[in-house]
Amino acid sequence: MTGRRIKKYAVVTKRYCVGCGSCIKECPKEAISVPNGVFAIVDLEKCVGCGLCVKICPASVIHIKTDSKEAL
Amino acid sequence: MKTKKKNWYDYLWVLSTLYMVIGFFNILFAWLGMICFLVPLAISIINGNKIYCNKYCGRGQLFDLLGKQLKLSRKKDIPHFIRSNWFRYGFLIFFLMMFANMLFSTYLVFIGSSGLKQIVSLLWSFKLPWHFAYRGSSLSPWVVQYAFGFYSVMLTSTVLGLITMLLYKPRSWCVYCPMGTMTQGICKIKN
Repeated sequence: MTGRRIKKYAVVTKRYCVGCGSCIKECPKEAISVPNGVFAIVDLEKCVGCGLCVKICPASVIHIKTDSKEAL
Repeated sequence: MKTKKKNWYDYLWVLSTLYMVIGFFNILFAWLGMICFLVPLAISIINGNKIYCNKYCGRGQLFDLLGKQLKLSRKKDIPHFIRSNWFRYGFLIFFLMMFANMLFSTYLVFIGSSGLKQIVSLLWSFKLPWHFAYRGSSLSPWVVQYAFGFYSVMLTSTVLGLITMLLYKPRSWCVYCPMGTMTQGICKIKN
């Protein structure tokens, strides 16, 4: 049986990210970090694409991307 | 949804609030604000990260609390020009110039060519009489002048932060916070 698997995840526009870390606190899956002090990085393994980080980001540099794949 | 366990540093907003309140009663406590300047700088220089902004910034927590928990923020997107590098670094330069001006005023008091001015300058323009926060001490007048100047810086940034918190998202101040811009710049160089 085949089906369509939809994966949602957060994407950060690194150029405008200020690295404040608002998204770190908001993320329920602890999927976001600012390791280099410059921009936020999303761990795609953990991210469920809930969009809470999008709502809180003061610079509005996070958006949700949807990928759909054929799954067996 | 699972509630995250609170840590001691999640309550640093209390200290930020206390700092602003104490400034109405004893201006000398304004010197403690140096912590908010020196600690993030030291962390970014030594560790090359913005963990101060991420975890320990009491002011950011306060805006979060007011804007998100108390729902005082409109939660609108900040105008895009504010997040641009020219605005952020421009504001940082302006902020540093105003800081240098404050240091010069302190220097004038230090060398005795100017007397102690018991005023707090709000938004670099409005001179507010603040004599009620200082009742004399054995300290050199320049020490007191610096406290008035530093409290002006802290009050101005808090007011700007509150305005942008109300208009845009809770931590909109973080987008153009001079300390955040400076520490991010240091991290860019280091990493």
